[in-house]
Amino acid sequence: MGNFVDPFLHNGFMQRALLAGILVSLTCAIVGTYVVLRGMAFIGDALAHGVLPGVAVAMILGMPAMLGAAVGAAVMVGGVGFITARSKLSNDTAIGLLFIGLLALGVVLVSSSNKLTGDLESILFGQFLGVANSDLLAQALALLVVLVVTVFSARPFLLLCFDGDLTRAMGYKAQWYHRLMLLLIAGTVVVSFQTVGSLLVFGMLLAPAGVGALLAKRIGTMMLWASVVGIVSTYLGLLASYHFSWAAGASVVLTAVAIFFVVLTGVSLKKSVQGARA
Amino acid sequence: MSETAVVARRLSVGYGSHAVLSGVEAFLKPGGSTALVGSNGSGKSTLLKTLAGLLPVVEGGLEILGRPVGESSQRVAYLSQFHQSGFVLPLRAIDVVRMGRFDQRSRFTRRSRADDVIVSESMELLKVSDLADRPLRDLSGGQQQRVYLAQVLARRSDLLLLDEPTAGLDAPGRAAYIDALNFERSRGAAVVTATHDVGEASMCDRVMLLAGRVIADGPPNVVMTPENLLETFGIGLTKVGDQLVVTEHHHDHDHDH
Repeated sequence: MGNFVDPFLHNGFMQRALLAGILVSLTCAIVGTYVVLRGMAFIGDALAHGVLPGVAVAMILGMPAMLGAAVGAAVMVGGVGFITARSKLSNDTAIGLLFIGLLALGVVLVSSSNKLTGDLESILFGQFLGVANSDLLAQALALLVVLVVTVFSARPFLLLCFDGDLTRAMGYKAQWYHRLMLLLIAGTVVVSFQTVGSLLVFGMLLAPAGVGALLAKRIGTMMLWASVVGIVSTYLGLLASYHFSWAAGASVVLTAVAIFFVVLTGVSLKKSVQGARA
Repeated sequence: MSETAVVARRLSVGYGSHAVLSGVEAFLKPGGSTALVGSNGSGKSTLLKTLAGLLPVVEGGLEILGRPVGESSQRVAYLSQFHQSGFVLPLRAIDVVRMGRFDQRSRFTRRSRADDVIVSESMELLKVSDLADRPLRDLSGGQQQRVYLAQVLARRSDLLLLDEPTAGLDAPGRAAYIDALNFERSRGAAVVTATHDVGEASMCDRVMLLAGRVIADGPPNVVMTPENLLETFGIGLTKVGDQLVVTEHHHDHDHDH
């Protein structure tokens, strides 16, 4: 039993990591549910990677990384709007172009500055075990904002997942709520990347909510399942990281993705058993 | 509720400045019904979307329930032809019907008892009460369509705009739909449906035959002549009972078998 609890009892950094992971899990469970239901995975992925040059520039200038990430995310969202408004290219082409362009820019910036090379890994994979109290505060604040916005917009958000035309026909400003949703995704990525890293935050948006989609009959329960999967993954991942010296962020996301595939297999097996009986 | 449901004058509808249907004149009273009949691309869905405020008017005048189009959304119910993600969304049938009540109360007011009564009555009318707790994604296409229709009913609106309402419905489903429509009209709601189905169209007070322009507009028995139907659909059709029967192709050879 000691092996499962002791690492968290005796190490301040493990406690902070666990707390940060729980906050990230809850935030990503709510936002990730909408990412999965509205098929916004690609823009989520792009946002997660597009923040890289922003962070790099901020670090070169000695400014807070989160500010740089926010600017990177804003360029990404604004750029997608700009390209789709001025050309007949589809959304995913616009997203793909900006995504890879910004990522390349980030890598160029990092490689040209000898100040940064050591930091690349921490940007991409996060610093789960080096979470500061200020990071925890930012993460808690992000969760609060996400909760308030989601409660306030619950009906239009649900309608948007169901049918964009119906949302507008009922008099809701669908485009406005779509942008609000993008902002939530961007905000979640910007705040969470310090903990799980910009490569892996996307995994926390997708995998737990994916499990939720497989198991839940309602959106609220989907968010609950996603939260549970996120928190369990955080705990197991951190534990594995502590005992086997695995990279913490990657262990957590790997656990979440593994849970997704276990549940998917279980659900498919159950369906085929029921199908055979019927 | 005494105001006219739809008033259109020299209305053109389309996308951007490109009109796909022009010259629409309409005057729909409370409790009245109009069927928009035409083939794919005739402009009937575009007209319906414009009435629902989803597309801006290209040209002409349009008033819905006594106000400029788009300003009465709370009193209008719209059934779209396609639904984005009925298969992924974790929703039960009853949740979908409840959505119809979303804009009928303020953002922070919870569902009332009156809402619940309306939702269950609507599901009863479409005979989907027993599906209430089933996930939407587990229902058949026809069952889903009935649930969407129940959502429309739950709005208790003054104007129903229905795009292909009977798509995928079996005979009992169609019967339930007709009952529901009569119920709506008896309480004074006006109905506009877009349909290929001539049987369904002939139950309306008025039929508008469309093919990029208004071919004919009037009571079903007057309007649905073989000549008009030929012009609307581009093939010779004649009405036998509720069915349309192909009588000849437009290049005039016999179609007897």
